[in-house]
Amino acid sequence: MSIDNLSLLLPEIALLTLACATLMVDIFSNDPKHGPGYWLAQLTLLVTAVLVLVTYTGDSQYAMAGMFVSDAMSGLLKFAICIISLFALFYSREYLLRHDIIKGEYFVLGLFAVLGMLVMVSANNLLTVYLGLELLSLSLYAMVAIHRDSSSASEAAIKYFVLGAIASGMLLYGISILYGVTGSLELGAVAQVLEGQSDYPTLAIFGLVFVLIGVAFKLGAVPFHMWLPDVYQGAPTAVTLFIGSAPKLAAFAMAIRLLVDGLGPLLPDWQQMLMILAVLSMATGNLIAIAQTNIKRMLAYSTIAHIGFLLLGLVAGNAGGYAGAMFYVITYALMSMGGFAMIILLGRKGAEADQLDDFSGLAERSPWLAFLMLILMFSMAGIPPFLGFWAKWFVLREVIQAGFVWIALLAVAFAIVGAFYYLRVVKLMYFDEPREPDEPQCSTPLRTVLSVNGLSLLLLGLSPGLLMSLCMAAFSP
Amino acid sequence: MADYLTTLCLIVVLAPLTGSMLAGLFGSALGRAGAHWVTIIGVAIATLASALVFKAQVFDGAAVLNVNLYEWAALGGISFNIGFLVDSLTATMMLVVTFVSWMIHVYTIGYMHDDPGYQRFFSYISLFTFAMLMLIMANNFLQLFFGWEAVGLVSYLLIGFWFKRESAIFANMKAFLVNRVGDFGFLIGIAAILFYTGSLNYTTVFAVVPSLTGTTINVFGNADWSVLSFICIALFIGAMGKSAQVPLHVWLPDSMEGPTPISALIHAATMVTAGIFMVARMSPLFELSEAALTFILVIGATTALFMGLLGVVQHDIKRVIAYSTLSQLGYMTVALGASAYSAAIFHLVTHAFFKALLFLGAGSVIIALHHEQDMRRMGRLSRFMPFTWLTMLAGTLALVGFPGTSGFFSKDAIIEAVHLSELPGAGYAYFCVLAGVFITSLYSFRLLFLVFHGRDNVDSHAKGHLFESPPVVVLPLLILAVPSLLLGLVAIGPLLFGGYFADAIHVAPAHDVLARLGEDYHGVLGFMLHGLMTPPLWLAVAGFIVAWYCYQLRPELPGRIAAASGGLYRLLLNKYGFDDFNQAVFARGARGLGGLLWRIGDVRLIDGLIVNGSANSVRRFSGLIRHAQSGFLYHYAFAMIVGLVLLLALFVQDWPALLAQYGLMQPR
Repeated sequence: MSIDNLSLLLPEIALLTLACATLMVDIFSNDPKHGPGYWLAQLTLLVTAVLVLVTYTGDSQYAMAGMFVSDAMSGLLKFAICIISLFALFYSREYLLRHDIIKGEYFVLGLFAVLGMLVMVSANNLLTVYLGLELLSLSLYAMVAIHRDSSSASEAAIKYFVLGAIASGMLLYGISILYGVTGSLELGAVAQVLEGQSDYPTLAIFGLVFVLIGVAFKLGAVPFHMWLPDVYQGAPTAVTLFIGSAPKLAAFAMAIRLLVDGLGPLLPDWQQMLMILAVLSMATGNLIAIAQTNIKRMLAYSTIAHIGFLLLGLVAGNAGGYAGAMFYVITYALMSMGGFAMIILLGRKGAEADQLDDFSGLAERSPWLAFLMLILMFSMAGIPPFLGFWAKWFVLREVIQAGFVWIALLAVAFAIVGAFYYLRVVKLMYFDEPREPDEPQCSTPLRTVLSVNGLSLLLLGLSPGLLMSLCMAAFSP
Repeated sequence: MADYLTTLCLIVVLAPLTGSMLAGLFGSALGRAGAHWVTIIGVAIATLASALVFKAQVFDGAAVLNVNLYEWAALGGISFNIGFLVDSLTATMMLVVTFVSWMIHVYTIGYMHDDPGYQRFFSYISLFTFAMLMLIMANNFLQLFFGWEAVGLVSYLLIGFWFKRESAIFANMKAFLVNRVGDFGFLIGIAAILFYTGSLNYTTVFAVVPSLTGTTINVFGNADWSVLSFICIALFIGAMGKSAQVPLHVWLPDSMEGPTPISALIHAATMVTAGIFMVARMSPLFELSEAALTFILVIGATTALFMGLLGVVQHDIKRVIAYSTLSQLGYMTVALGASAYSAAIFHLVTHAFFKALLFLGAGSVIIALHHEQDMRRMGRLSRFMPFTWLTMLAGTLALVGFPGTSGFFSKDAIIEAVHLSELPGAGYAYFCVLAGVFITSLYSFRLLFLVFHGRDNVDSHAKGHLFESPPVVVLPLLILAVPSLLLGLVAIGPLLFGGYFADAIHVAPAHDVLARLGEDYHGVLGFMLHGLMTPPLWLAVAGFIVAWYCYQLRPELPGRIAAASGGLYRLLLNKYGFDDFNQAVFARGARGLGGLLWRIGDVRLIDGLIVNGSANSVRRFSGLIRHAQSGFLYHYAFAMIVGLVLLLALFVQDWPALLAQYGLMQPR
């Protein structure tokens, strides 16, 4: 392993360079709508995505003295992150313009967050993981607070920041312990040392607990989820949308890197820990979501429930399970993005459409938007033929094959509970009287992109084999 | 030759289907005339092609056609095919079905003239023709079952054709449910065949079944049943439903709620004979089980006599004919039981013609009287409707078995065959079929006298419009009268004694009553002369005399007899209480059970406890735990710490070792 092979980092290098360029361009442009900055940011993401494709080989290759890895999983996840962020930035701009809080920093911060995600995805060293995580988190804290005049956003940012700091601290503490136990920071080496000891030291498990908490916090698994509802609700919807989409992919990658690549030999232990977290998450998320009247908050709890489901894939503890979890997280990112985009679309300046009542009678006001929302809700509830169904199916299949039938039954039971609040939205849209009669105003691009977003769930759901085989390939040796 | 026949068979099947689809899907575009033209042409083509198939099979001596057209599905090594088996039996049935159907299509133009559902009706009857053809041309049980269910479906649709009538809906529901009972048996029979022979193809099954003699199964308790008897009885239960044998006959009289052409086509001439056809087709199977044959014999005999008796007390013209149909189906069934399959099919064919004729004649009367069906409000119609009267008379003569008519030959052959049968129960059956002749004659002539002669009870309003029916109605009557009268003369020799069905019907030598009958058969004239000396003819004459005396000479007499006989009359009027029993026990019982399960199972347990109960507790619980989300930062941090501590407590078990590693404790 040497410092060469820098070509593997090409996407990250390009992203960093262009992000800096974006910062400069935005500073010197005086477009009140920050058009140049925005377009350059989108171009950056596009270039990065292309570079990810170009440099993709499917083999595991290392760079920066083993700090950085590029493999099949990183390729797929990076590409997905770039594309999803591209959508997210588009939606964000619509929101920021509509609410007149657009700032150039937003896009730059978004790019840095993406850079952090890419670093997390490709991390092959405990410190690289931490580096990527911090880069992502710090960007997100700032993005939550982007609307400085909003007290709820500031409150959310502070909560996120403080709790995130605690979680980072724990993660770092866990990393230090692991370093102490194994004498290495490189994930492969850590695994090797642990593998060598049939009776691994208690201290390693002690470290594992802390590392796992770092992962659980980033994903938002119970009981490390408390930040999530408040941040989702308090942050501007654009930021919520951003947080709820691509960073989950990065968090998933972090979980794989740390738990599978680094702590694979401790699988029996973290498997059980994740099982507890998964069941708690599905229970708490689904049950509390029922009691919500604010749809952003409802989607926050729905996220927690989805994270529980995603963790089940990791619980399965084999390549199929990881592939299932990956399928799930990509699906989730698409659905969550669509859901928040719909809230953005229905909102007006000074009035967010974040109450459930805002969806009443949407079918009368705009049948097409109601239909898109129906796709999103059905997909989240896991109703065939939408993509969300296949995600649940994939994970459940792997969990059952791994022998955890009871946990699969529990998951199905909670999914049924969860169906209630998704279907309630559908019921509100189609069977209730609209509160205001006029059709929601939105720009044609927003409508189009949201249609693409929603229909993708239907189309991918009709032929789930493609995405499924990609996910399988990412984990096949 | 085989390709030629296959093509013809495809035409036979597809022409009515095409007609049906066109009339059904594009009925409003085609218009009324368009709808009847496409369907009539479709069925006419089918009839023509059937005639060619018949010619090839019967006169040109073509080999039996057994082809698989395509494999519909393959499951677990068993392939399900769609195919044709065409031999003399199939060819005969094809010709009868298409011809009668064609006549009825034509007749329908007149009968349904003013009905708003004109196109729908034509679509249905063509669809029926298709389904019936699929049934008889099948070369495997699956296709047989498809046709079986499809004709059942069309029958259901047509009984309830006037779906705004309460009674029609009741009747079609009843027909549907009763047939379900029969089909259940049929399905079990087919499943047993598949289980024991591993195939659904006729040829394979018939080749395998002889090896099953002696195999037994346990159905109830410890009683061992012969597998073959079990299969045959199960199949016959299906036939009992479709061919309306006691006690599954209850749907047929009610089916008269449908339009009269349907009563003629489906509920007299073709569909109800599907059971008879099926048993004849399965003759290699049924021959192996004397138990099943005895069962069939007894059921058939009971139906033949007791259902005929009910015809005597009916007032509705169509119901009289319906009970007559039941009774005649009983005759066919008896013939099957006596292993005289050819005689059964022979009677099936002749019956198809003269019963269709009688129904269409009744329909003609009904049209003339503006949909009046009660015979007490008819009488002396022969003056107004000479053609209808004459053709009905021809049908009646055939039905009662007047020497020389087709019915005479087929019925006599059955009676003689039963006489020769040595199965247990043959004595009872012989008594029933003999007595049945008298009853048949009695109700048939009663109908004739009440409608066309006797006292004129037509109300004056209707009388003003009394005319003979239009040509489209009368023409089919005249055409159908020909085979009703003459078919027997030409057909009896070859059909019964000439080895006509040799390629299709298999009879064990021990059961071969027709062969013994054939030893004494010396041509048509001899048969007729012999007939003059046997009891059936004199019984029929007696029936005629009684009917003439009671309904022509002394019309007040029947009422007095009815009043005097009291209980017996009421028993007949109540149809032996079958309907009341079914209504009280099965219908009310099933609804009661359903209601009970609904109230306790669904409303209380599932809705109350599981659905609403769990929903309520979920809502309560979720309301409770949402308070954990207090909004205070330190609560959140605390939750994380609690999670950390719990995980540590659960998973780090060896604390002393851990503390020792930190130097906080001496290692043990």
